[in-house]
Amino acid sequence: MTEAHIQNFNLNFGPQHPSAHGVLRLVLEMDGEVIDRADPHVGLLHRGTEKLIESKTYLQAVPYFDRLDYVAPQNQEHAFALATEKLLGIQAPPRGQSIRVVYAEIGRCLNHIFTTCAFAMDVGAMTPMLWGFEERELLMEFCERVSGARMHMGYFRPGGVAFDMPDGLAEDIYKWAEHFPTFIDDCESLLTENRIFKQRTVDIGAITADQALDWGFTGPNLRAAGVPWDLRKAQPYDGYEQLDFDIPVGKHGDCYDRYLIRIAEMRECTKIIKQCLDQMPDGAVKSDNFKISPPPRGEMKRSMEALIHHFKLYTEGYHVPAGDTYTAVEAPKGEFAVYLVSDGTNKPYRCKIRPPGFAHLQALELLSKGHMLADVVANIGSLDIVFGEIDR
Amino acid sequence: MDLALQELGEYIAAALPEEIVETEIGFGELTVLAQRGAAATVLTFLRDDVNCQFQQLLDVCGVDYPERELRFDVVYNLLSLTHNRRIRVKVRTDEETPVPSVTGVFSSANWWERETWDLMGILFSDHPDLRRIMTDYGFEGHPLRKEFPTTGYVEVRYDDELKRVVYEPVKLVQEYRTFDFLSPWEGVQALLPGDEKAAKEDG
Repeated sequence: MTEAHIQNFNLNFGPQHPSAHGVLRLVLEMDGEVIDRADPHVGLLHRGTEKLIESKTYLQAVPYFDRLDYVAPQNQEHAFALATEKLLGIQAPPRGQSIRVVYAEIGRCLNHIFTTCAFAMDVGAMTPMLWGFEERELLMEFCERVSGARMHMGYFRPGGVAFDMPDGLAEDIYKWAEHFPTFIDDCESLLTENRIFKQRTVDIGAITADQALDWGFTGPNLRAAGVPWDLRKAQPYDGYEQLDFDIPVGKHGDCYDRYLIRIAEMRECTKIIKQCLDQMPDGAVKSDNFKISPPPRGEMKRSMEALIHHFKLYTEGYHVPAGDTYTAVEAPKGEFAVYLVSDGTNKPYRCKIRPPGFAHLQALELLSKGHMLADVVANIGSLDIVFGEIDR
Repeated sequence: MDLALQELGEYIAAALPEEIVETEIGFGELTVLAQRGAAATVLTFLRDDVNCQFQQLLDVCGVDYPERELRFDVVYNLLSLTHNRRIRVKVRTDEETPVPSVTGVFSSANWWERETWDLMGILFSDHPDLRRIMTDYGFEGHPLRKEFPTTGYVEVRYDDELKRVVYEPVKLVQEYRTFDFLSPWEGVQALLPGDEKAAKEDG
C-alpha cells in the first residue's frame, strides 16, 4: 500500500461571500476541513477617513464618524464630540448629555439587534433577522424624528446635540422601551436553547481572559471572556455614573457567551433609556457659547452679533487649543476611541480613529485555528465585524 | 487624578532613567516620551510592573511633523484595568530608522504596526509580518504623510476592452478645493510696498 501524500490547500473566503459581513477577504490554509492558518485581508473598504478629516473643520468632521460603523452611527460621533469638548474645555449641558445617552443606547440596541440576528443567520437561523429588522426600523424612525436622518444622523456635535427632541418623541421611545423586552424574549425563544444554534456556537472560538487582554479585546467580546470591564462604569462620561444598570459578564469566552452578553446588554439598554427619559432635565441641549455652537435661528434675524457668529462658525469654524487627547467611549462593539491632535487651528492636525473591530478581527486566526471551516463563519459573526470601521 | 498621574509619571521616570526622556500631563492624560530603541523595554515595564499593570495596548499610531528632523511620533495608548488608568507612550523617529516592534510584548500590536507602516511609512524592526494592510495591493506611498495629496496619485476604473480594472493617473474634473479660513490678520504677513523702508529707518 502506498502512502498517500496529503497537501494543505488554500481557500479564498470572500470578499463577496455573504457571511464575510461585507468585504472581508480571508485566505485560509486548510488541512482537510480543519483550519491551519487564517489570514484576513482587510482594507477593501478603506476610504481614507483620517486623511479627509485633516482637511475639514471640526464640525465638518462629524459626519465622517457616522460612516465608520454604519450599524450604530451615533456612538462614533459621541467619541469625537467628547474628544473635541475635552480639548475645548467645555461640557454639554445636562439635557444635551441625557439625550446623547438615550441615543447612544438606541445605537447599542441597533447594533446588538443586527449583530445577534446576523450571527443567527450565519449559523442557519433565518427568522430572527426578519424580526430584528422590524425593530431596527422603529429605532431608525426615532433617529429620523430627532435629526432628520435615519442612519447617518450627524446629531452629536461638539458642545451638545444638534436639535432638541420634538414633542411626543420621548413618550414614544419610552413605549418602545417597554415593549422591546418582548422582542428579546421572542428572539431568545428561537435561539438561546435551540439545539442547532448551541451546537454551532458553544465552545467554538473560545478565548481566555488573558488572551483577550493581550489581543486588545474590548466591549462585549472582552466581557464574554470573563473580564468585568465597561467604560460606562469604569470611566463614566455624559452622566452614566448617575444611572443604575448592570454589566453582564460571561464565563467561557466562546461564541455562545458573546451572543448571550449582547442579549443581556439589550435588556440593560432599555433600563438606561427609561431612566434617562424619566430624569430628563429641562434646559438647553447645546453649549450656550456661540463661539462653538450656533446661535438660535430666531436670534440671527435680529442680532448682528448672532449673524456674525453663525457666519464664522460655518465658514472658518472654531479654533481648538493645541494639545492631544485619547478619548474613548463604550461603543456597542467595544472601546471606540479618537486620538485627536490639535495644533491650535480650526482643523484637526491628526485624528486617529481606534475601531474596536480591528483588534477583534486580528485575533480571528487565534480563534479559528483547529476548528472546522463552518466555525470560521460562526467566529466572524460572533466577533461583530463591520468593515466601515475596520477599514476606515 | 492629576496628582496620581504625576506620581506615576515620576515613578516611571525614576524606574527607567535611561529610557524615558520626559513625562508630561496635558488634559488630564499622562504622556511619556521614550527613547526610540527602548519602546519594547518601556512597554514591557509598563505591563509587568506592579504599580503600572497596563494590561492592554489599545492603539498604535503615527503622527507626522514634517518640519522636525525626527519627523514621526509613534504613539502607543495603553490601558490599565487594575488601576483604571491610561497612559500614552511616544517615541520619535525619522523615515529611515526603524522602531523596535512591540509585537512580542502585546500581540495586538501586530496589525496596528502594520497599519502605521502602511499609512505613515514608519518602519518597525523585528516585526513578524510587516505587510501593507489598509491600502490596495501594490500601492505606492504612505497616504497619511503630510506631503501626500488627499486626492492621491492614481485612480482606478474598469476597462471594458481589457476586461479588467486599470490604474490611471488622477484626473480631476474640478480643481481640488482647499479653503484656508485662518484669519488673514493672524495667518498671513501682509507686505505692503514701501514697508521695508520703514523697517530700515527704524533699524
